[in-house]
Amino acid sequence: MALPSESITINLGPQHPSTHGVFRLRVTLDGEVIQDIEPIFGYLHRGTEKLAEERSYTQIVTLTDRLDYTSSMINNQAYVLATEKLAGLEVPERGQYLRVLTAELQRVASHLMGIGFFLQDLGAMGTPLMYCFRERERILDLFEMVCGARVTVSYMRPGGVNQDPPPEFWPGLKELLSDLPHYIDELERLINENEIVLARTKGIGVLSRELAIDSSISGPNLRASGVAWDLRKADPYDVYDRMDFDIPVGSNGDSYDRFLVRVMEIHQSLRIVEQCSKDIPDGPVRADVPYFFRPPAGDAYAHVEASKGELGFYLVSDDGIAPYRCKIRAPSFINLTALTEMLLGWKVADLMVIFGSLDVNMGEVDR
Amino acid sequence: MDSSFDKNALFSTLNDFYLGLLPDSLSWAAFLGTGLTIVFILVNAVLMLTAFGTYMERRVLGRFQTRLGPNRVGPFGLLQPLADLLKLIMKEDLRPLMADRLTFFLAPVLMVTSMLVVVAVVPFGSDSFLADLNIGVLYLVGIPTIATVSMFLGGWGSGNRFALLGAARAVAMLISYEVPMIISLAGILILAGSMSLVDVVEAQRLPFILLQPMAFFVFLIAASAEMNRSPFDLMEAESELTAGFHTEFSGMRFGLLQLAEFGEVVVTSAILATLFLRGWENPFIPADWSQVLPPQVWLIGKILFFMLIFTWIRATLPRMRIDQVMAFAWKVLFPLAVINMFVTAALVVAWPEPTYTQLWAIAGINWVVAIGCLIGFSLALDKHRKNPTASVQLVKIPTEVA
Repeated sequence: MALPSESITINLGPQHPSTHGVFRLRVTLDGEVIQDIEPIFGYLHRGTEKLAEERSYTQIVTLTDRLDYTSSMINNQAYVLATEKLAGLEVPERGQYLRVLTAELQRVASHLMGIGFFLQDLGAMGTPLMYCFRERERILDLFEMVCGARVTVSYMRPGGVNQDPPPEFWPGLKELLSDLPHYIDELERLINENEIVLARTKGIGVLSRELAIDSSISGPNLRASGVAWDLRKADPYDVYDRMDFDIPVGSNGDSYDRFLVRVMEIHQSLRIVEQCSKDIPDGPVRADVPYFFRPPAGDAYAHVEASKGELGFYLVSDDGIAPYRCKIRAPSFINLTALTEMLLGWKVADLMVIFGSLDVNMGEVDR
Repeated sequence: MDSSFDKNALFSTLNDFYLGLLPDSLSWAAFLGTGLTIVFILVNAVLMLTAFGTYMERRVLGRFQTRLGPNRVGPFGLLQPLADLLKLIMKEDLRPLMADRLTFFLAPVLMVTSMLVVVAVVPFGSDSFLADLNIGVLYLVGIPTIATVSMFLGGWGSGNRFALLGAARAVAMLISYEVPMIISLAGILILAGSMSLVDVVEAQRLPFILLQPMAFFVFLIAASAEMNRSPFDLMEAESELTAGFHTEFSGMRFGLLQLAEFGEVVVTSAILATLFLRGWENPFIPADWSQVLPPQVWLIGKILFFMLIFTWIRATLPRMRIDQVMAFAWKVLFPLAVINMFVTAALVVAWPEPTYTQLWAIAGINWVVAIGCLIGFSLALDKHRKNPTASVQLVKIPTEVA
């Protein structure tokens, strides 16, 4: 005889320890098993796209910092690439190198944060998180040297970067490059073959190759599903075509693969940073671009491989000092498309693991 | 007065003192006064250990996590527990509208009570204990289940769905870990031949951790499940259920729940020390090798040692899923406990009155069986161990030049 039971609906978020910001999920549960979910966005909506229409092209850089606030450098890069395409600006080589260098450092920082919070969601009482933050802190210190800010950097400008790093930046970078792989290895030893981590993540929240492509998921989440797609290789921007690096590609598309792809990307990013710091030429860091400039009427789209996936800026100019329209393709938002398919049928405890393994950032989802 | 009180020097000294103060007709009052005095000392000892246990736990966790931990209040932050207590007492006592008045009130009280009552049977010296129950070990495993009941009451009574989920998990886990926990103690009972904890300590010519490694392993894991600490902290599962069964508790009710939770660590450590590490006696192999320290100091030292181990586990391991915990309890811990019971029984039948050499032989056989079983079980259950990182490979892609 089956006992009578009814499903319950709980609100996960917007204030919840592991929704990575202000994400809200209405989850219908049958005991522990997820029957239905309804994601609700918009708690962090700040109208970035509309605000951009009121700012000059140089000022918009500060808005992009606040999209995915864990990878400001990459956001800056995506925006300035779009602006340069629109206005036809040339960037000095040293500026391009500096962009790639800082963007890759930012990718390391962002991935560290993603991994740390993912393990926190697994219930590892803060220890791995603090390990990750310890290393991220050193990257932020470097950013502080470069531009005076740690998180909202606003380092890049249409036509190059804001300023040349001070002389003490290069020894600091060298030290970081010699220490960081060791620390990442330490973290890997702590986690990668931990029995509980494996049991909680292997085969959990499988995102099939077809579904990933159909729902236009990008970034590490797509690569974990077995698609070797990286814009740094497929459509190189700045000086990525001169860099030698590999793409980690998963085969199962489960939470563990998504986690491991990020860990391995950190090593590849460090390779790129090392090449950049070796090959960087002397010269100006920024083309001579005035503070206010009027790109010719037209439109341009530029995309970069951000830490979360493909970040694109679509700018329309009407020959004014501010864009007529600015559309942002935010990877975190689109990566959430397949959330329902991934979550149904799993348990509440898996919900946080799967959601955490997608590594979304609400600043970018709500814009 | 029954014979167990004659053995209890602490009790008879105090009783004589009270008898001297009171007229003969009030000897029952002297008896009562003695009991209450010992209870007072014991409860305060546990509470102080708990308070500074929280301080120790937070400092040690801080070390593990490359941060400092509390260091502002008093020297080295030692007064932090007092500051926490003051803060919790000053807070408004909130009760949600949907909460059931009785169960919401009862849950913290029951939980603290069940934690404190367990200490009654833990001897802290060969001649000083509150009660030497002849069913001491049964009492030890029976009373803590009340804590689980109170968790369920609290979770159910607070009228919150997160709390309800936490409460349901607490009950589901209770069924799975309690069984192996009890069976793991069977080996000890067979060796000691008595359920009285004083007898169990005195029977440990070798510490039972040497004679019963598998029982220790099973009991340690089951006990950390009982204390709902990582990796079994499912009923409060911060990252999933915000705070599980105590989501709605605030102020001193929350304080009591936290007290019970940390107190259980102290109590469980005391139980582990008593059952496996020779309780109040020194843990060294010739039992009379070093008697410089008073028995209470040995016991507290062992309690601190086990608390450190629990903190270490908490800092290291992620949480398991509810079905994994239950599968683990039934498929691993339960068979291990049963195997341990049968092996011990067979050895005791073979050597009913073991000499020291034979004791060492028993220890050796038990260790071999324990390690063999652990390896066997981990090989049998391991789905992932073979090269788990192989699923992600580096791919070399030639850069497309536009």
